[in-house]
Amino acid sequence: MSATSGAGAAAGNVTALRKPLPPPRHHILSVLVENKAGVLARVAGLFSRRGFNIYSLAVAPTDEDEHFSRITIVVDVESAPLEQVIMQLDKLVNVVSIGELSSAEAVERELVLVTVAAGPTERSQVIQLVGVFGGEVINVGTDRLTVMLAGRPEKIDDFEGLLEQYHVVELQRTGRVALPKLERH
Amino acid sequence: MKLTGAQALIKSLEMQRVDVMFGLPGGAILPVYDPIIDSSIRHVLVRHEQGAGHAAEGYAMVTGKPGVAMVTSGPGATNIVTPLANAYMDSTPLIVVSGQVATPAIGTDAFQECDITGVTMGITKHNWLIKDVDDIPRVVAAAFHVATTGRPGPVLIDLPKDISNQTMEWYWPTSVEELDLPGYHPVTFGDPVLVAQAAELLAASKRPVLYVGGGVLKARAAEALRALAERTGIPVVTTLMARGAFPDSHPQALGMPGMHGHYTAVTAMQKSDLLINLGARFDDRVTGKISSFAPEAKVIHVDIDPAELGKVRVPDVGIAGDCRQVIGELLLAMDARDAVGEGPEVGDLEPWWRQIREWQERFPLHYTETDGGAIKPQNVVEQLRDAADEDTIVVAGVGQHQMWASQYWKFEHPYTWVNSGGAGTMGFAVPACIGAKVGRPDRTVWAIDGDGCFQMTAQELVTASAEQIPVKVAILNNAYLGMVRQWQEMFYEERYSEVYLSPDLPDYVKWAEAMGCVGIRAETPEDVGPAIEKANAIDDRPVVVDFRTDAFEKVFPMVPAGASNDDIVVHPDQVTAR
Repeated sequence: MSATSGAGAAAGNVTALRKPLPPPRHHILSVLVENKAGVLARVAGLFSRRGFNIYSLAVAPTDEDEHFSRITIVVDVESAPLEQVIMQLDKLVNVVSIGELSSAEAVERELVLVTVAAGPTERSQVIQLVGVFGGEVINVGTDRLTVMLAGRPEKIDDFEGLLEQYHVVELQRTGRVALPKLERH
Repeated sequence: MKLTGAQALIKSLEMQRVDVMFGLPGGAILPVYDPIIDSSIRHVLVRHEQGAGHAAEGYAMVTGKPGVAMVTSGPGATNIVTPLANAYMDSTPLIVVSGQVATPAIGTDAFQECDITGVTMGITKHNWLIKDVDDIPRVVAAAFHVATTGRPGPVLIDLPKDISNQTMEWYWPTSVEELDLPGYHPVTFGDPVLVAQAAELLAASKRPVLYVGGGVLKARAAEALRALAERTGIPVVTTLMARGAFPDSHPQALGMPGMHGHYTAVTAMQKSDLLINLGARFDDRVTGKISSFAPEAKVIHVDIDPAELGKVRVPDVGIAGDCRQVIGELLLAMDARDAVGEGPEVGDLEPWWRQIREWQERFPLHYTETDGGAIKPQNVVEQLRDAADEDTIVVAGVGQHQMWASQYWKFEHPYTWVNSGGAGTMGFAVPACIGAKVGRPDRTVWAIDGDGCFQMTAQELVTASAEQIPVKVAILNNAYLGMVRQWQEMFYEERYSEVYLSPDLPDYVKWAEAMGCVGIRAETPEDVGPAIEKANAIDDRPVVVDFRTDAFEKVFPMVPAGASNDDIVVHPDQVTAR
């Protein structure tokens, strides 16, 4: 599998997501699938063999019985017209429904865990920064902190940018999850 | 009623009215082969699993019913990967049941283990690994439903050996809801608004072409197509996958488009102002260089697979639906226009037909009849055709012989042409003609094969002899991988690399006889007629005719790969006519 496609890109989340998202290239697809063995491989394989690029991908069951899962895929639409991606995805027998979510019509969230090397001089600065963003310190070591922030992807980008002045030891973003905005009557 | 998984599988196939399957047993599928002894289903024992797959495809293509093949795990399953890929490209309904190692052994690199659902994910419409014996009837029913509805295609059911041996309480699903396919909803009806728009485009067109693809045959829409064509007077091209969907003898038939299509079919599409694509997919072998394909044409595209609409060429009107259904709707939309006095259903086609007739006159199919006494392969096809009944089924492999068969045969009826189109699978013809003959024992089945193709799968003629399936195979033996040779001659400065095969190694007559067939050889043009006559007189055994043909013949016309259809290369004799 090529580095720019399918599961290859998904596995490369850590480095791929450090750069801020250039919005027009990306679309969010919210794909409801049957929670059956191999479904993720079918979706990833389709992207790979059709030459579509996945920017990020998040997947989890949607109901208690675990009959269905929702895959939130951020698609690089420069690789193929979005309609083609949707229609090819729709042909997968295990794909139940596909929603396209534009940023204006969706609520999006992402979570990041970061381990920062923070000695006595930097520790309070990092904790302060986490506090400003509304994040949490979730683990404390002798000379390191692991912090967590959930929020809109742009906020995560911003937070990540500000952390760059410290020594980031490890960073893991989840990729986006999204649902449509609700109507108000 | 308690059944073993194996019994439930065979009973499920019987419930689907399977009358024949093609296969080869082995360790992991052993339990399933036991109840076959007591089943009404005929099992044809092939000599290689690829043969089982292609035979099942041939059966499906002539009967319209899904073909069924059964293989064991590991290499048995991987040997049928090519037929699955072939069926996927040509949208042929094919059901493959593969044995799998017992569930506790899955993932341990057990003997003859292969992750065949993983391997075939991209070349099946869907596949299933059964992990619960109770799922067997439901999965078999779902597999047939998926393979035969919407855009047809191949499916694979992988059945672990321990599941085959477990017992279950028999049931049979009676509704689609019970199949547990919440994400599968094929469309059949076209959107009436879009159909009305299509009728408007027809009315405005002056140079329309009906671009007919395999979807018309899959939808059993040949009659509907004829009604539409005759009502409108629009010329018809039939792609390689659609040969027979419209009679070649019909005055509106222009023949096959594409890389080796009839000059007039290629050029009419190129100059058209409206392409009415019915169940075709703008394949690169039809369009040539896509950016210069039919530049002035508006496009109506009807396809049961919505993903085909806009995949290659963005249509002006794209209608997702079954071709027969949508043609019917289009005829009604034309009635509705007539009822309100909207004017003619289609523009004045008189100048268009004048132009088309001129092309047909100047650039008919052409080959040089004889030079130096060699048999011309095109002439063999013509003589086979002239000696055959109209409903003869013709099966081809892939290469020059396939193009000559498609060009020079006159297809008058649907489901009389079987070939490997999208995948281009050499070796398809011999096993596929066996499947076709099993499906239509009332018909004469001629395989027109090349010597290169024949050597890939010829051993299935042992199957044909053993099972008394009297197929006929004409080898256009030019001692070369002819199509590759042609490209090397035309595009690689006659530097021939690894294309020579020899005319008599193997000795095809002896080989045929060794496999229980009648072997006949034709070495000169005078031999051709008598050889065909002799072959046609045999109906109790398979027969192989080794036609020693002119190695220097090339397929014309030809649009070079990547070139525009405007740059079609005609036969050298016709160059001055341009």
